Amino acid sequence: MSVTGLPDVVAVAARPPARRARTSLMIGLVLLGILVLVAILAPVLAPHDPDAVDPNRVLAAPDGSYLLGADDFGRDVLSRTIFALRVSLLVAVSSVVVATLVAVPLGLVAGYFGGWVDTLVSRPLDMILVLPALLLALSLITILGPGSTVAALAIAVIYLPILARVMRASTLVTSQQDYVLAARARGSGHVATMVRHVLPNSIGPVAVQGSVLTGFALQLEAALSFLGLGTQPPTPSLGGMLADGRDVLSLAPWLEIVPGVAIALAVLSFLLIGDGLRRTLDPDGVAS
Amino acid sequence: MTRTTGPALALDDLRVSFPSAQGPVSAVDGVSLELRPDEILGLVGESGCGKSTLANAAMGLLPESAEVSGAVRLGDRDLTILAERDLRRIRGDEIAMVFQDPSTSLDPVWTVGDQVAETIRAHRDVSRREAKARALKLMREVGIPSAEQRYGEPPHRMSGGMKQRIVIAAALANDPAVLIADEPTTALDVTIQAQILQLLDGLRQRRGTAVLLITHDLGVVAQVCDRVAVMYAGQLVEVATTEQIFSHPAHPYTEALLRAVPGTGEPGAELTVIPGQVPDLAAPPVGCRFAPRCPFATEECSIRPPLEGDEAHGAVACWHPRSRDREVTAR
Amino acid sequence: MTRLTFVVRRLLLTIPVLWVMTLFVFMILRLIPGDPVRTMLGFRATPENVAVARHQLGLDEPLWRQYVGWLGGLLHGDLGNDLISHAPLSELMSQRLPVTLELTVLSMLLAIVIGVTLGAWAAVGSRRVRSLTDGAVVLGVSIPDFWLGIMLVLLFAATLGWLPPSGYVPFSDDPAGNLRYMVLPVATLAGAEAAYILRTTRGAMESVLQRPSMTYLRAKGIGPFRMVAGHGLRNAAPTVVTVIGIQFGVLLGGAIVVETLFGLPGVGRLIVTSINQRNYPAVQAGVLAVATLFVLVSLAVDLVVAWLDPRVADGVGT
Repeated sequence: MSVTGLPDVVAVAARPPARRARTSLMIGLVLLGILVLVAILAPVLAPHDPDAVDPNRVLAAPDGSYLLGADDFGRDVLSRTIFALRVSLLVAVSSVVVATLVAVPLGLVAGYFGGWVDTLVSRPLDMILVLPALLLALSLITILGPGSTVAALAIAVIYLPILARVMRASTLVTSQQDYVLAARARGSGHVATMVRHVLPNSIGPVAVQGSVLTGFALQLEAALSFLGLGTQPPTPSLGGMLADGRDVLSLAPWLEIVPGVAIALAVLSFLLIGDGLRRTLDPDGVAS
Repeated sequence: MTRTTGPALALDDLRVSFPSAQGPVSAVDGVSLELRPDEILGLVGESGCGKSTLANAAMGLLPESAEVSGAVRLGDRDLTILAERDLRRIRGDEIAMVFQDPSTSLDPVWTVGDQVAETIRAHRDVSRREAKARALKLMREVGIPSAEQRYGEPPHRMSGGMKQRIVIAAALANDPAVLIADEPTTALDVTIQAQILQLLDGLRQRRGTAVLLITHDLGVVAQVCDRVAVMYAGQLVEVATTEQIFSHPAHPYTEALLRAVPGTGEPGAELTVIPGQVPDLAAPPVGCRFAPRCPFATEECSIRPPLEGDEAHGAVACWHPRSRDREVTAR
Repeated sequence: MTRLTFVVRRLLLTIPVLWVMTLFVFMILRLIPGDPVRTMLGFRATPENVAVARHQLGLDEPLWRQYVGWLGGLLHGDLGNDLISHAPLSELMSQRLPVTLELTVLSMLLAIVIGVTLGAWAAVGSRRVRSLTDGAVVLGVSIPDFWLGIMLVLLFAATLGWLPPSGYVPFSDDPAGNLRYMVLPVATLAGAEAAYILRTTRGAMESVLQRPSMTYLRAKGIGPFRMVAGHGLRNAAPTVVTVIGIQFGVLLGGAIVVETLFGLPGVGRLIVTSINQRNYPAVQAGVLAVATLFVLVSLAVDLVVAWLDPRVADGVGT
């Protein structure tokens, strides 16, 4: 601290200090690892059948056999949360993977060639951003009907322009580097140069942004399912569970607490990973 | 003009060091220097010799990690021992500073006029209107054409020279006794440089402000300075009138510095580069810090030479001063 | 002069954006696979009913004429009729939009007050303050807003009984009652936004406070409060306002969920119920209303930023 009360040296938010970045990455990876393992091993780990209805256990409080209680149909909340996590993670990850697979080539081409190619690619993508994200998702669901596949697709469409922008910005910088110019001078073609030299050196910020967006995709899927427009019953979903439990909130608060904590932990793990990756993969802060 | 008896600003054995991985770096090492009222004193040296650290120390603007000893006397107060609150009342009022790059000094979202008026209102209990009137007067005094129109403009619409005039207007807002100008023309075009120097010279003459002009450019020194202090590796090596420095440099470093500048030596003389490197200030040479690079160095030079001399001929910190004719004329 | 040019140019730029939006909303109904009229009316509708409805919606005309007719209607304030109540949708919007506006504007104001205050404090604060706000930001961003809402209901409505869990009365009927209903939805929506604004304010302030102009201010004898508020915050403001504009889109999305959660009769809830009822004209009207709101807010934000930072209108890099 200096005498004015202002910090002498202030860390720039976009680039966390090395130790904090490592800690974030480690915690994020461990947390996500556990969640993914739970999701994959759901059939083994879940103590009960998530769809098994037990009229004797309607809204039963957490106890020895139903660790996190039962819902209004007497179904085991823990088992349902485990299976719901599986769906949520699948939707979130697949939507970002799909968006990335489309966005990376688009951003690469736009940033590498610039000029009219850039305009041709970037303008239509910008138009997607005219609508607020959730509104765009709802419009697509109106057209295609509700469901987890449509939700994943809608999220992918929302993230496509964001990821393409990041890739474009990153490529713009990389394309001007000496090793790229040198490759061109050696007679390397445009496609080969882009794939071999520009792509590997531009993808870092996309990975950072993609990781953060996966967290938000999980939130979006939960919101859509909460509105009854995402994953459809009887498939258990975190958002759907929250919607179901609302009417019995004061009777069985565990119905609302458990899925919410699961969402928050999953989102947190992706955010921490993104934060941790930022320092090594995006030192210039392109993703933000 | 009647001269006041004491100096406007006096540095007394000022030492500044910064902590580093290699141990404390001694950036300013025992500098004693007096700035007289109504003079322009040039402080010259290569970059990294501690000129700016000295300026910041005089303003009390060093980071808290800096170790400061010695004294900075402004009137009868020692600024090194004042609390930040009291320093704040003095800075911008009795002692002001102009920095190298006006583009990074000025706040980009404030109008230039308000930035001049702000300095007035920080130290004088005047109304907004009164502050604006005074700011306008200052802007006209530093030579900003159609000041009324430019008052409300943001800095980016002005040229570098105009911006520096604004910075100078803000510095002079409360009629300080001392103005420290740290490389005030380095970021400007050569033609603009001369105008700014003329402005400083004119202001000094009209207002009697003492100016400490820090520069690495001997051409600047030649244009406006009354006296020159030469700094090397944190130590003062020579202080003399500008005329003396250019005609009879006494310290080997001053001499070398003059030979390294085009157009300052004898006509036809070759430009020379000073051999060797600036010493590592974390482990400086014992005694005279220039000795390792000095062609005249002897064993004696491992003892630090005192800065000695008289008013007429200036002072030099060297066991083997160059211009012996100086002493001859003195007798 | 330049400022006026900037404003005019920015206003003109809004026109293509609005046009793209109308095209998009128009296409919602046309892109529905199969026969949207049959889907809307259900399978028990007679062929005559379907034909009448199709004619009413103008779906029996060529696509471009449909669009021109629909757009012409829009320009006259005609959004079509609700498929269920048969009431003009423009009337419905004039009842619903104020609710959404009240919710989003109050939430944003609350988020700005909390976010900017804490963000500025964190930028100059001690290490402990900084870690505390770091934690608050991570929590605020990780927790889904509707879950925060449910937890707030659990605490303040179900357990403490201080506030109603859901419902609405118009402000004009009962101002105090209206605000009581609004407290929880506004707090819910403001939570995550405050976290984003906090993070942005803190980051922007930190980079401003590192600038050389701060040393210059100290050299002028400016006090720390004025440095932080008058210069630090003032310089951070354009960045913060830009982010607020972007976040307003997120806030509008959140409002759709929060209106559903708290039973507020706003546009968002209308869209959700209309999707479930296959009341497509109402979905279109709702999407159009919310999207227009977003475009107008983005416009306002750009103008405010240009006013806050004189370099923007002059096209000088910041």
